[in-house]
Amino acid sequence: MSLTVSLVTAERLLWSGPATFVLARTTEGDMGILKGHEPVLAELADGAVVRITSEGEGLVTAAVHGGFLSVDHDDVILLAETAELAEEIDAARAERALERARAAETSLVVAAAHRAEARLRAVSGLRGGVHHR
Amino acid sequence: MGAQLRVFRGRIKSVKATKKITKAMELIASSRIVKAQQRVLAAAPYTDALVRAISAAASNGSTVHPLTHPRGDERIRAAVCFITADRGLAGGYSSNVIREAESLTNLLHDEGLQVKHFIVGNKGVNYYRFRERPIAARWTGFTDQPKYEDAQSIAQGLLEALHTPVEEGGVDEIHIVFTHFKNMAQQEVRVRRLIPMEVVEVSYDEAKAENIVVPLYDFEPGAEQVLDALLPKYVTNLVWNALLVSAASEHAARRRAMKSATDNAEELIKSLTRQANQARQAEITQEISEIVGGADALAAK
Repeated sequence: MSLTVSLVTAERLLWSGPATFVLARTTEGDMGILKGHEPVLAELADGAVVRITSEGEGLVTAAVHGGFLSVDHDDVILLAETAELAEEIDAARAERALERARAAETSLVVAAAHRAEARLRAVSGLRGGVHHR
Repeated sequence: MGAQLRVFRGRIKSVKATKKITKAMELIASSRIVKAQQRVLAAAPYTDALVRAISAAASNGSTVHPLTHPRGDERIRAAVCFITADRGLAGGYSSNVIREAESLTNLLHDEGLQVKHFIVGNKGVNYYRFRERPIAARWTGFTDQPKYEDAQSIAQGLLEALHTPVEEGGVDEIHIVFTHFKNMAQQEVRVRRLIPMEVVEVSYDEAKAENIVVPLYDFEPGAEQVLDALLPKYVTNLVWNALLVSAASEHAARRRAMKSATDNAEELIKSLTRQANQARQAEITQEISEIVGGADALAAK
């Protein structure tokens, strides 16, 4: 048995399946989870990128905004208000959003900039290919 | 064609046109109920995971959080947030919610509390505006297809009121009135207290019996910080769920209202057609008797 991972957002279950490794950035730093990890409940960093090395589907990458990670008996739940899988992210659109946000640079759009950056990081991770495989 | 017959035909035509519209609205509402229900179901895994995480964080340590515990002994002001529809033509959907909100307001007044109203949906806003009552905040334009951002902005508005000191118009507690979707035929208005929250602390035996033993989590950065970050999300999630079930209920109420309007139109067309036939027959009878009378008059000469 390996890890059972589910990535849930407020609107729907984004992804779930078996995996061997999960890498996520918490507010305290990067955290890697393998089988047999102790139970943990951690807050994810803003605009974090999560990489799941799944069994069968290869590397699943997602941009996660405002989320939590809970591990319990090899059950990994990634909880986020909004999250997007790298495959579903429109890189060009995220880049435009980032440019707009940078141009405005007020406190309101800083959050938008973080989101756009996280999306781009998730996509570039996908293109880069071999991460923690 | 006689004047009477022409009037009937005109009315039949207009009722038929109305029936076409109500029928179309009924079909649209039916298809949207299904979609709205699917969204309610799709949101369930997040709620489950969030509730688990919160009970884990809350049962760990003796955290006293302003969202779970009343901040003073005295309750001074309460917020009532209620969810109505943006558009009418949904039977008693909005007025049921407004009535429930009114009775809740009266109840709170009786307990000696001041009440501030936070209104979602045009119908509720108009009801208050027409009576020139103060509205603390309002959100409109999305009640039939709410987005998560809408729930976030509502929750943010409510939490801001909570974090404002009472002297400056802040509130001690928050109630939400929404319509629960029981099934296609039944929806009921529900009142829920959002804050102070009722975090369910399950005893060990109960938890064991229901097989939901919370493991001894390690918290990062710490149990309190995690709880701090989780609770506003929990409020947002409650608002989000209320918006979703209310949207499903709104579509169900609209479908029912439009179905009865269509049925009524059919009934009306039937009776008008009978009356028109009768008028036509009376006209023919009159014409015949005129002709016969005329012929008789000529023959008698």
